[in-house]
Amino acid sequence: MAAPVRSAAAEPWRDPSAQPFVRIEGVTKTFGKVYACDDISLDIYRGEFFALLGGSGSGKSTLLRILAGLEAPDQGRILIDGLDVTHLPPYQRPVNMMFQSYALFPHMTVEQNIAFGLRQDRLPAAEIRDRVRQMLELVRMPQLAGRKPHQLSGGQRQRVALARALAKQPKLLLLDEPLGALDKRLREHTQFELVNIQERVGTTFIMVTHDQEEAMTMSSRIAVMDTGRIVQVSTPAVLYEYPATRFVAEFIGGINIFEGRVVGSDEASGHVRIQCDALDAELLARHTDPLPEGTSVSVAVRPEKIDVHEAPPERGTVATENVVVGKVRDIAYLGDVSIYQVATEGGAIVRVQETHVARSSEPHYDWDDTLWLSWEAASAVVLTA
Amino acid sequence: MKRRPHLLYTAMVLGYAFLYIPILSVIVYSFNASRVATVWGGFSTRWYAALLDNQQLLDAVQRSFVIAAITATAAVMLGTACGLALSRFGKFPGRGLLSLMNSAPMVMPDVMMGLSSLLLFVTLQQAFGWPDRGMVTITLAHITLTACYVTVVVRSRMAGMDDSLEEAAMDLGAKPWRVFFVITLPLIAPALLAGWLLAFTLSLDDLVIASFTSGPGSSTLPMVVYSKVKMGVTPEINALATIIVVLVAVGVSIAGVLMHRRKDAG
Amino acid sequence: MSRAHDQGLWDFWFDVVRNLFGWFRAVGHEFRTRRGRFLVTALPMLWLGLFFLVPFLIVLKISLAQAVFGQAPPYTPLIETAADGAASLRLHVSNYAMLLSDPLYVSAYLKSLLFASVSTVFCLLLGYPIAYGIARSGPVARLLLLVLVILPFWTSSLLRTYALIGILKANGLLAQALSAVGLAGPDFALLHTDIAVYIGIVYNYLPFMILPLTATLMRLDFTLLEAAEDLGAKPWHAFLRVTLPLSMPGIIAGALLVFIPAVGEFVIPDILGGPDALTIGRVLWIEFFTNRDWPLAAAVTIAMLLLIVLPTLLFEYYENRRNQQEAEA
Repeated sequence: MAAPVRSAAAEPWRDPSAQPFVRIEGVTKTFGKVYACDDISLDIYRGEFFALLGGSGSGKSTLLRILAGLEAPDQGRILIDGLDVTHLPPYQRPVNMMFQSYALFPHMTVEQNIAFGLRQDRLPAAEIRDRVRQMLELVRMPQLAGRKPHQLSGGQRQRVALARALAKQPKLLLLDEPLGALDKRLREHTQFELVNIQERVGTTFIMVTHDQEEAMTMSSRIAVMDTGRIVQVSTPAVLYEYPATRFVAEFIGGINIFEGRVVGSDEASGHVRIQCDALDAELLARHTDPLPEGTSVSVAVRPEKIDVHEAPPERGTVATENVVVGKVRDIAYLGDVSIYQVATEGGAIVRVQETHVARSSEPHYDWDDTLWLSWEAASAVVLTA
Repeated sequence: MKRRPHLLYTAMVLGYAFLYIPILSVIVYSFNASRVATVWGGFSTRWYAALLDNQQLLDAVQRSFVIAAITATAAVMLGTACGLALSRFGKFPGRGLLSLMNSAPMVMPDVMMGLSSLLLFVTLQQAFGWPDRGMVTITLAHITLTACYVTVVVRSRMAGMDDSLEEAAMDLGAKPWRVFFVITLPLIAPALLAGWLLAFTLSLDDLVIASFTSGPGSSTLPMVVYSKVKMGVTPEINALATIIVVLVAVGVSIAGVLMHRRKDAG
Repeated sequence: MSRAHDQGLWDFWFDVVRNLFGWFRAVGHEFRTRRGRFLVTALPMLWLGLFFLVPFLIVLKISLAQAVFGQAPPYTPLIETAADGAASLRLHVSNYAMLLSDPLYVSAYLKSLLFASVSTVFCLLLGYPIAYGIARSGPVARLLLLVLVILPFWTSSLLRTYALIGILKANGLLAQALSAVGLAGPDFALLHTDIAVYIGIVYNYLPFMILPLTATLMRLDFTLLEAAEDLGAKPWHAFLRVTLPLSMPGIIAGALLVFIPAVGEFVIPDILGGPDALTIGRVLWIEFFTNRDWPLAAAVTIAMLLLIVLPTLLFEYYENRRNQQEAEA
């Protein structure tokens, strides 16, 4: 499934003169002895669809709540469009939030829910009515204005929550696990819708999610978080192909990780040789920084980067910088691809996949088949953390 | 395979019989023409008529209702403030003390609360010349006791309520007071009503605290009933008890039906 | 208090004063920054402080006075000024001495405990089947049965206790029923005996046992019983080994809701009991209303505070701590 095409807008994070729209500086928050957020610093630019990605306990939700003003940080500052909002209560910030449980007021209609924020600003009634109508059209629900939340489906409630949060045209919109409560089909459809709405409205979105697929498809940049710290901040592509740590590599997408020791590096060509006992082979990987011999490292290779052969590959036909051999131990048939677990002599299990390009009723390889697996040095990432 | 649990049914019937035979006997005897309750003298409503003629009793009924209504209203306001603070305000200086002062009256025997309230009023009167013991002092003591029960009701309702509703309201620009009146209050309204009724009933039914804190000429209904019971002269009490039971039965039935219907709708 | 010795007395009191200042500073900060919230917490605090806390300080003070009959108020003042203007603190511990030396008070306390505990057991025996039946009923029957339990709860307890008089007295309903079957004469009266008090307490507090028990039993997973039967357990066995242990929290909650108020009961032993059904609550009443000995009544109040209220509050506190720890684990 193709990711929604992002408009080829500028990538402001690459521009050294661009001013960040949201600046998080050294934010720390503890609950008792637990560090929910540990010295977090982050810059987010105007118009981004930014994702905070992490498991439970990673601190992503706490950071979001600090941005909303529902929690106060113990240390650090938050600046939004140049304004220090760190100690401003939520009702004084130009920020609105779409809650995970939607938090629609059960005793008010859809229309009253959406109008609520506008009423707090004491806008004239006619303007409120217009804005509510605009919002309902934006989320494509104009006919449900008079219903109450308990009369709506889950997907409809979500759209009302979004409309309500956007009604005040906030500078920053926060989304707390926006797709968590939806079923799979609705989720995919809503991913597209959210991105489209964000591009139409132009508001900066910051989303919290534990679903890496969601983050990858929807966001311009992702911050991967673990136990209160930010591990890596990059575009989805960079995170996928150049993970900075083992945690990031394992968190996003499928991955093979082989542990080994550095036995030599070639600075000129930018390669490193690693002895991996579990594969009973010496691996060649691309790595620009020099590494001293004997360093323990992990080599990460994505399954789709590994070529599968039924006979030892010949030099010159495909990349043969890394070749291992093994027997098929497990097969998972997923319809569009098949995933094979190949067990090598040394004990390591390599995960590879084969796309079913042609229509045939069975997977290509069978249990206990001997396969040769090869990959380029450039396809592997050397991780020291 | 469902076996009819005879043992269980028998035990249940016995239990409910135990609960209701005394009440039913009182209702029956309220229509007994004979003064001696145990001898059936024929059907009569004379005791209901006697009730209406008994000025002392009627005054006491009115007094009790007024005290109970004022108590319940003040208790709801006090108890809501307390319940709100204890469930939503996190840690604030004095939280432990407030929580303690809330739990204590509920586990305390009436006699203790009665005596301590009285001694307070006596001391105040010595120092400031106010208050005189009477309906005012009874009401003040009742409010103190019943507010704690209202707090429990409010706290349990707020614990079950999604606090992200209040957060969402604040996020949309509503200041805390508005959040309370526009969002919180409508949603806890049923609990407040239940709290009002609870406080009302507790105040109406209280004998001990009222006895301690009342003054001359301000006897409440339970005090009058108690003195009559002690003297052994009781036929009108049967009529009074029947009226109260019927009122309560009607009230509880209505509440039960309303709750049943709410469950169906929601 | 050994800390005082380790630190030195001066340092200890310095700490106390510093903590107090810290508390005041926190309150002041709270007032300045969150004025609305401060009002919301200040109102109940002030009310309860004035009408609940201060009275007990007054009770303590009066318990250390001596009764003086004929004057208002009928007790000696705390601070006496002698003829030459010198003020002195007058504390009489005679009331407490009387509580400890006269066996009347101790036996009254023990009697209260006896009444409360036996009644709790009977409430459990009578209430458990009802709660179990309600929990296993369909929704309509359950609502009706619950309403029937709640109705007596909302009816005046004084009137219900009074209703028992008509049944338990000589020539009352019970006597008539028993003499009709030939088990006793029509003069048979349970009224003004200890048994009447037990019946009265059980009768009044039964709903308090049934409601928490019902709540716990409704949350019980009855497929556990089916699993037990499937594994060969007979119904009684399944009940004893599965249902009973799992309903323990409800049993304990109900037992506490009955036991603790029952210890301090005055009305029921007074109306239904004989002169020997002397509970600690009755003692307080008699000392105050009949003997007009306010200081002694105050001393009884303090004793009840220490013997009934304090243990209950401590128990609640530790229960809450334990529940919190379990929740965090």
